[in-house]
Amino acid sequence: MRRLFTFSLVLLLGVMLAGCAASKKKGVAEVEDSSVNVQADATSSGLGSDGTSSSEALVTTESGSVIEDDPLGKRVVYFEFDSSALTPEAQNIVEAHAEYLAGNPGMAVVLEGHADERGTREYNLALGERRSNAVAELFQVMGVAPDAIRSISYGEERPIAMEHDESAWSLNRRVEILY
Amino acid sequence: MKTVLTGFLALLMSLVGLNAMAVLTIEITEGGDSGIPIAVVPFEFEGGQKPEQGLRSVIAADLHRSGRFELLPTGDFLSRPGHPDQVRFKDWRLIKAEALAVGQISQSGDDRYDVTFHLFDVFKEKQLAGYRWSVQGSQMREVAHQISDHIYQAMTGVPGAFDTRIAYVTMENSSGNERTYRLMVADSDGHSAQEILRTNFPILSPAWSPSGNQLAYVSFASRTSGAMIWLQDIQTGTRSKLLDERGTASAPAWSPDGRRLALTLSRDGNSDIYVLDIAKRKLRRLTRHQAIDTEAAWSPNGRYIVFTSDRTGRPQIHRMSITGGPAELLTHEGRENARASYGPDGNSMVLVTNRGKGYRIGVFYVDSGKVDVLTDGTLDESPTFAPNGAMILYATQRGSQGVLAAVSADGRVKQILKLHQGEVREPAWSSRSP
Repeated sequence: MRRLFTFSLVLLLGVMLAGCAASKKKGVAEVEDSSVNVQADATSSGLGSDGTSSSEALVTTESGSVIEDDPLGKRVVYFEFDSSALTPEAQNIVEAHAEYLAGNPGMAVVLEGHADERGTREYNLALGERRSNAVAELFQVMGVAPDAIRSISYGEERPIAMEHDESAWSLNRRVEILY
Repeated sequence: MKTVLTGFLALLMSLVGLNAMAVLTIEITEGGDSGIPIAVVPFEFEGGQKPEQGLRSVIAADLHRSGRFELLPTGDFLSRPGHPDQVRFKDWRLIKAEALAVGQISQSGDDRYDVTFHLFDVFKEKQLAGYRWSVQGSQMREVAHQISDHIYQAMTGVPGAFDTRIAYVTMENSSGNERTYRLMVADSDGHSAQEILRTNFPILSPAWSPSGNQLAYVSFASRTSGAMIWLQDIQTGTRSKLLDERGTASAPAWSPDGRRLALTLSRDGNSDIYVLDIAKRKLRRLTRHQAIDTEAAWSPNGRYIVFTSDRTGRPQIHRMSITGGPAELLTHEGRENARASYGPDGNSMVLVTNRGKGYRIGVFYVDSGKVDVLTDGTLDESPTFAPNGAMILYATQRGSQGVLAAVSADGRVKQILKLHQGEVREPAWSSRSP
């Protein structure tokens, strides 16, 4: 026998519309700005600005101009499970970008490390960072200025593929090279 | 057979600003039907205006959910006492009740109520507990949970954990590639859920301060900021960044006295455990190893930190004195063990364990070195003990939806808590109600 207790739980889903009266209610902190390079004001509950489009620009590659075998056209490198070692293919791609960036000293690069969903979230946050750091180290060896490199991790929080199998996981274990 | 009980609603509907609603369902999947037979008599009411929220339904649901009680149906009751003088123990022996809970609600003013509650051992004909409250109508659920706690403690010898709160994170896909994350706080039964943070960036690792007034959690300030820790006051909603760090700051864990936070920093390019004195803003490094060290948790006596490290190969649980010194490998069973946190006894820990069949929730016992695996999922994670150690709340997958689940520490009782839309994850059980 099985019993189903349905509790009518009212979640105060709160404000669907940013900036409406409820967003100012006590106890709610809002982060309404996701734009690039802008520090969102932590406690502001104000006007519901929306910078989402600019954050997308970062991950958009100029795929129209990509030449198949040009490693510079590839902005993502992939890793083995629980590993931050660069595969030969990843090394090629990273070196090509490093060479380009070393020759263009004004440019800044963000290295965004990711992990698949297996393992705990916090461990994966650290693993993603270990991957982005592996790329950053090679960048520095190749002459990219340390100050031009920002190495961060999203762990398993921003998967590319949503399925729960190896083909999805292999796409999610990655570092994105963003500049 | 499947019984569907629908409890309460209504009053929150009228709140200003409520323009969306989601229903969290608690489904008891195993072990809800046995335990100590108890009769909870509907509370006798005196006065003109009954409070909107009754007590019995909340108490009955609490006790049922614990898996430790068998609630006797009110239809079998031969009498309905509200006061100890009216109790005839014979009536309750006849229906085989071992425990009897009776009480009264009397109106003492405008939206003001006096509540009395008495608990009896039917066979010994003895009172086990007696309490009274003077409250507003809006506090009735809280009173009910406190009554459940008294009953639980009197009958099992273990403090109850009903009058506590849980925090959790929800994730919904909104327009385009955007996702909306919410940090939610609710009563331990999922009721009265409130959003305390909404953002387009992931939220993880919420951790209650021991006082229950603050949550520490990990999120991101911008697309390129990296993970950082915030502290947020539950009542005011005010939040502040814990540290200005280059590199990741994550995995916050409060010391039992609430004065320090253990956390993970990667300021030197690699994840290590640090301890921050919150008032003095003083940071002390605890681990120094090229491996990943993260997911610190304190022993209840505050003397040890356990943490996840892959220094021996795959992630395993290690223990270190809070004063430093060598780290000791605790877990030897299973290819991976991670995210351990202590139960109140200081000997058991909940953790995520992988023995080749996926990630499951286990209880690890320090004295024996053994792990009891309690779940059978493949991606179970983020286990959190109820403050009394009796239940464990964790995140799991149902279909492809992220839901919360609860399991008793002995594995006998199982429940699923799910949202009708979106994902629920990263539960954290408060130590007490503020």
